[in-house]
Amino acid sequence: MDLNIFIENFAALFEETDAQLFNAQTRFKEIDEWSSLILLSVIAMIKVEYDVKIKGDEITSSQTVEDLYNIVKSRVQ
Amino acid sequence: MKAFIKGISYYLPELVLTNEELVKDFPEWSVEKVAGKIGIKQRHVVAKEECASDLAVKAAEKLIEEYHIDRQSVDFVLLCTQSPDYFLPTTACLVQERLKLPTSVGALDFNLGCSGFVYGLSLAKGLVLGGIAQNILLITAETYSKHLHPKDKGNRTIFGDAATATLVSTEGFAEILNFSLGTDGRGAENLIIKSGAARLPEKQNDLVYDNSNNPVSSDYLFMNGSEIFNFTLESVPALVADTLVKNDLQQSEINLFVFHQANKYMLDFLRKILKIPEERFYYFMETVGNTVSSTVPIALKEAQAQERLKGPVMIAGFGVGYSWAGAVLKFKE
Repeated sequence: MDLNIFIENFAALFEETDAQLFNAQTRFKEIDEWSSLILLSVIAMIKVEYDVKIKGDEITSSQTVEDLYNIVKSRVQ
Repeated sequence: MKAFIKGISYYLPELVLTNEELVKDFPEWSVEKVAGKIGIKQRHVVAKEECASDLAVKAAEKLIEEYHIDRQSVDFVLLCTQSPDYFLPTTACLVQERLKLPTSVGALDFNLGCSGFVYGLSLAKGLVLGGIAQNILLITAETYSKHLHPKDKGNRTIFGDAATATLVSTEGFAEILNFSLGTDGRGAENLIIKSGAARLPEKQNDLVYDNSNNPVSSDYLFMNGSEIFNFTLESVPALVADTLVKNDLQQSEINLFVFHQANKYMLDFLRKILKIPEERFYYFMETVGNTVSSTVPIALKEAQAQERLKGPVMIAGFGVGYSWAGAVLKFKE
């Protein structure tokens, strides 16, 4: 599993925020565009791209994109 | 013996809540965003004194008028609601009296949400095939707006009130084929109104605001959106597959999929993971919102008006409980 591809997939969920601004250390909940709908699209992206189930509160208790990456990586078959 | 749908009608309360009005309460919310992602531009909501039975009677009167149904021929009333007028008596009994149906009718309520219409069809089919009743009035009537906190942006955006009335009979325009049903009570906490019934009779007055500034209280409807989303992603593809197996059909043989109209975002996603082409997937929520147990019959009524119901059509409902149900209806080719 590739961190850079994960960051690209994550950035693609945002419509108004420049994808260039995302990196492993991005504190995603501090982005203006972050919303409950984007949270659902993170769940959806992780399900479709990695076939991994992640709970909403695991996302809200994570801080950076890399935190999410690490959760997903630990569950990828 | 076979069971058929003979008629469907629906009623929407007069009060309309538009996105423009919602945005006044939630200035951070953009009208375009709500309409674009959730797929809902307005929803109907009941007036303060308007209850489930009022909507139920109006929907049933429309059905009786539209399909010229003889009231004396109705021999059973099944009424699905989670917002009954009273703890007791049964709402279906109130409806029998107000519709002037014969006292020889059987009548009962059942408490289900988004899966309720499909479950109701399964009960009605059982009554017909068991030789117990021949003309079943299946009603869905829900007033979730009464249970929503005024500051609950998400749920006030999604949910609308409505009632539908369907006649299930020994003949009609759509044969009710086979069902797939399911239940998982582990999800109970994720869509719940905790207080007001026997477990917690008193108001709890425990309102707090979560990290996203949404109100959370035992006294109002609570929905854990991300958990419901996860439930849907797991259960609906399996439900669709099992409904196909139960009906000995391939997915490609289904002419139209009419799912519970939860919200456009969720349906788009389900459609994609199920690889259903857009032209075979029905959406109808823009002007009514998510009307809980009424979404599937409302969508069927609209799809019928657009002449989109031909051959095998799959319906599916899923939500609070958790509870889910799928079935295939066979329309004329």
